[in-house]
Amino acid sequence: MTQTRRQFVGSGLAVLAAFAGLPHLANAATLDEAIQAFTAGADMGSDGITLIAPEIAENGNTVPIEVTAPGAAAIMILAAGNPQADVCTFNYGPAAGSQLASTRIRLAGEQEVVAIARMPDGSFKQARQNVRVTIGGCGG
Amino acid sequence: MAENVTPRVRVPRDATAGESVSVRTLISHPMESGQRRGSDGNVIPRSIINRFTCEFNGALVVDVEIHPGVSTNPYFQFDAVVNETGTFQFTWYDDDGSVYTDTADITVA
Repeated sequence: MTQTRRQFVGSGLAVLAAFAGLPHLANAATLDEAIQAFTAGADMGSDGITLIAPEIAENGNTVPIEVTAPGAAAIMILAAGNPQADVCTFNYGPAAGSQLASTRIRLAGEQEVVAIARMPDGSFKQARQNVRVTIGGCGG
Repeated sequence: MAENVTPRVRVPRDATAGESVSVRTLISHPMESGQRRGSDGNVIPRSIINRFTCEFNGALVVDVEIHPGVSTNPYFQFDAVVNETGTFQFTWYDDDGSVYTDTADITVA
């Protein structure tokens, strides 16, 4: 069996894509996909959730974020402009004192930080805030 | 591989029954995102802590799913309600299969 040059190059590219490209694509969840996976497309209210983030973050490697959503079952934090939009999800158990989530996240550049709370009755609430970043935090 | 991973937690030493106490946790970990390239031009493989849980006397306080967007040395702060004297059990799950644990005692007057 003989291969033309074109077939040879094509198969090489296909192998390269399989090794390098696809696992990356499988990992990277866009903002819409991440929200869809969490809310299943439900409508979201905007009251009853508070997102505290700095307006200007000097260093995108550690941006302090605080979310409170009284009564929530889970809080998801997303960064709209990151290579992978979902950042973390807090699931609360019976011993949780209040629905507070405070952590430090990475932001690749100026972008919107999104917090979505899932309430026990299945409704969702979201808050958004734009954060300006002086030095991006995703390397590269 | 993550080296020198040290968990640190801070909870109040004592509290009154039914009080909501603030719990702060930090674990030293590089949280390699899998997005960066090393000096040889190759992507540095992802190595992060992907899950963190906190329980108080066996009851779940919080269970956090973690993605690469969380900073190096992941820090979490949350509130827990304590009704009796007991122990907080903290667990971090690493991508490489390692599990790091820590505990903290609290006395309810």
